This record gives sequence, structure tokens and C-alpha cells, in this order.
Amino acid sequence: MSDISDALHMAGQLVLHRDADLIEIVALSLHVSLSAVAIACLVGLPLGALLAITRFPGRGAVLTLVNALMGLPPVVVGLIVYLHLSRAGPLGFLGLLYTPTAMIIAQTILITPIVAALSRQVLEDLHAEYADQFRSFALSRRQTMQALIWDARYSLLTVALAGFGRAVAEVGAVMIVGGNIDHLTRVMTTAIALETSRGDLALAMALGMVLMALALGVNAAVHGVRLTAARQAHA
Amino acid sequence: MTDPDSITQQSGMALRVRDLAFRTGALTLLDGIDLSLQPTGITVVMGPNGAGKSLLLRLVHGLAAPTKGEISWGGALLSPMLTRRQSLVFQKPVLLRRSVAANVDFILRARGRRDRRARDAALARVGLSAEAARPARRLSGGQQQRLALARALVTGPDVLLMDEPTASLDPASVLMIERIVTDTAAQGTKILFVTHDIGQARRLADDVVFLQSGRLAEYSPAARFFETPRSEAAQAYLAGRLRV
Repeated sequence: MSDISDALHMAGQLVLHRDADLIEIVALSLHVSLSAVAIACLVGLPLGALLAITRFPGRGAVLTLVNALMGLPPVVVGLIVYLHLSRAGPLGFLGLLYTPTAMIIAQTILITPIVAALSRQVLEDLHAEYADQFRSFALSRRQTMQALIWDARYSLLTVALAGFGRAVAEVGAVMIVGGNIDHLTRVMTTAIALETSRGDLALAMALGMVLMALALGVNAAVHGVRLTAARQAHA
Repeated sequence: MTDPDSITQQSGMALRVRDLAFRTGALTLLDGIDLSLQPTGITVVMGPNGAGKSLLLRLVHGLAAPTKGEISWGGALLSPMLTRRQSLVFQKPVLLRRSVAANVDFILRARGRRDRRARDAALARVGLSAEAARPARRLSGGQQQRLALARALVTGPDVLLMDEPTASLDPASVLMIERIVTDTAAQGTKILFVTHDIGQARRLADDVVFLQSGRLAEYSPAARFFETPRSEAAQAYLAGRLRV
């Protein structure tokens, strides 16, 4: 019990004194996960919108596939990205293995299906409301997709949040393709795993506290934005 | 000011419908509709619930495809290019989750125009200039319908289709919308107005299309329709006798 309270005390000290190692790890974690979320949204939102407004043979199978990909195991994604980026792999010449870029790629692959599948549902519901009006406006497919994404922006923030939650808490893929190299590819989750195995519970606990605070902070911010939007009747 | 290229004025005929039918499964919702409307003025489409009024509007706007028959505007068969020169106002306005001004800007941009002056003029025309910055969905029902009307008019359509636009509005809002409709018609825009409010039809109509059970029961100039309706269905409807 005293181990835990000691660890908590030391963790508090690290956070309060803005320990350099801690800051570096948190900053890299945010860089990797936010980049992955941004790229996943760039790909996933238009894909979700396209699936929401189009009807084609085999659409049901495509939706099932996209939904299934939401549950991709991170270690499997890590392994596949590793095989592609390793020196013998097809993209080995890029020299990306064990870099933050490799971690961003792995996380993007993990969360793009989440963004696409969840946004498809949100946008399909909105399209049911707008469809006749948009057809009357004679909008192109692209104009329809853009309008839907813009009008659902507050709901889509929650979708992006789900992606961010998955990315920032993920350990398997970034461990495999990043290698958990100190001052280069060490992020919060891989550092927690490492420090716990080494018995340095203070740093692990401090990182855990930051991770929890980040999750809470981002959730609170998105909730606040949605409440404001609802008050303004834009949501 | 009227547009010389207007589809309603390229020939003497605004809308020509020949042997129009619409079926879904075993149900026949419209059948044997033959109609030639004048290129200007307000045509009111009347009939009891389920007569096919809204469906007729959707068909002539290209929102639904007929099972049989053909629709032409100004002598040309209905096409996406022609439907872009029409505007439809729905019974329940579908407003975007944006400000009043942004709702009007949206359709202008969709047509490749960024024209604040046109937007401001459209909002002024429907009396919503002071509400431009408000969220559209915070407007009252009457204001929302006027915004839908501003959005429909800002592109300068040749034809304005209105599907019971005042069905759930208070008398003051109804009057405002009727005023805008008559002004718009006076400027040369052809209007097809669906209603089952007989008083409103009397106030607005230049001619009346009366549908009954998916069939055209009567098409007459308004004065004749209200004074001496020829069809039994219209006589019963105007006399307030229910027909099933």
C-alpha cells in the first residue's frame, strides 16, 4: 500500500516539477496520436460520407468490413506495418521503421476504420433528413458530402475523439513499429509498460496520471463544444 | 424583369404532362394525368389528402421518376438542367445547421456564386434581414418557412414549386408568405402551389388543378373553378362534403 502511495507522491512531484523526460514523452504521444487522428479524419470522413450517401451492389458487405476493421488488433496492425517498413519489406527503402512516422502510420491504420464507420452512421442519419432538399438543390455528390460533414461537425468531433482515445491508449502497434527508443519513439503507453516492468512505478504512475488527465480534458473540451453548439441550435 | 431564356417563356407552355402515372408495388398513386399549364401566374393544386398533390410536385421537379408518361417544361423534356431552374419549398422547411445568412449563401455557392448582395436582397424580400446572424433552427415556424422561401428565390428560379408551405403556420405568417408568392408571380416566376386550404386557393389561384384519388378531376381558371366547378369531386370538396 505504501509503495502505491509513495509512487503516487513521486508521480505528483514529477508532474508538478514538469520533469523533462515526462514532458518529452507526453509531447511525442500527443504529436503521434493527434497526427494519426488528423490523417484518419482526412481519409475517414470523406469515406464515411461517401458510404452514407451512395448505394451500390455489395454496399452491405463493405459496411460490414469497415465495421469489422474497427476491432483491428493493434499488434496485428503493428506487425503488418513492421513487415512493410522493415529493411526487407516493400517500403524498407524509406527508412521509417522505429521512427515517429512509422508510429503515426500504424495508428492511422488503426483508427481510420473507426472514423469511417462511426461517421458513416452519423452522416447517413443526417442525410436522411437532408436528402430531398439536396436533390432539389441539384447538388453534386461532392457538394453533398461537404455539406453533410460541415453540418455534422459537432457530432463528428465525438467521432474524432473516439479515434484519439483509441490512438493515445494504444500500446501494441507503436511498440512494434516504434521500438520504444528513449528520446526518439517512447510514448506514454510504451513508457508505462517499460517503467512498470523495471519497477519504476513513479514515472509509470505519473504517465498514467497524465494519460487519464488528457483523456478527461479532451472529453470535457468536446463536451463543452457540443453543449455550446446545442445552445446555438447548430447541433 | 423577366428572363428571356426562361423555360416558362420559351414556348407558350410552362408545364406539359402527358399520360403521367406513378405506381409503387400494387398501388397506383397517380394515373392518366394530362395537363398543360400556362407559362406564368399561380397554379394551385388542390385535392383531399392522398389525392397525389405532393407526388405530382415531386414528379415535375424530378424528385421521383414517373412509371409512365412524360413531363416537359417549355417544350423540353424534364432534365437535371431544367430542374436546376426550379425551386421547391417543402411543407416542413429543411434548414441547414447554420446561420440564416449561411443558409442562403449555401445555395448561392452551390451554384458557383458568392453574392452577398443577392443574399441580403433575398433576406430583405422575406423580412429576415435582422435575423441574418441567428441560427436558422432557432427561428419561429413562420420565419423558417420564409427563410426556405428566400433560399428558393435567391437563385432566381423560373418556376417555384410550393408544397403546402403554410400548412402549420399562424395567419400572420400565412399572409406574409402569400404576399411574397404573389409578388414573385407578378415578377414573372411561374408558381405551382399545393394547398387544401380553399380560402388560400381563392386568394392566390389564377388556375386550379384539382386531383382526386390520383386522377385529374378538373383543371380550370380559378374564377370558373370556384363558381361553377364541373367535376363532382370538386363540387363535393368545395361544398365541404367528405368523399372517400
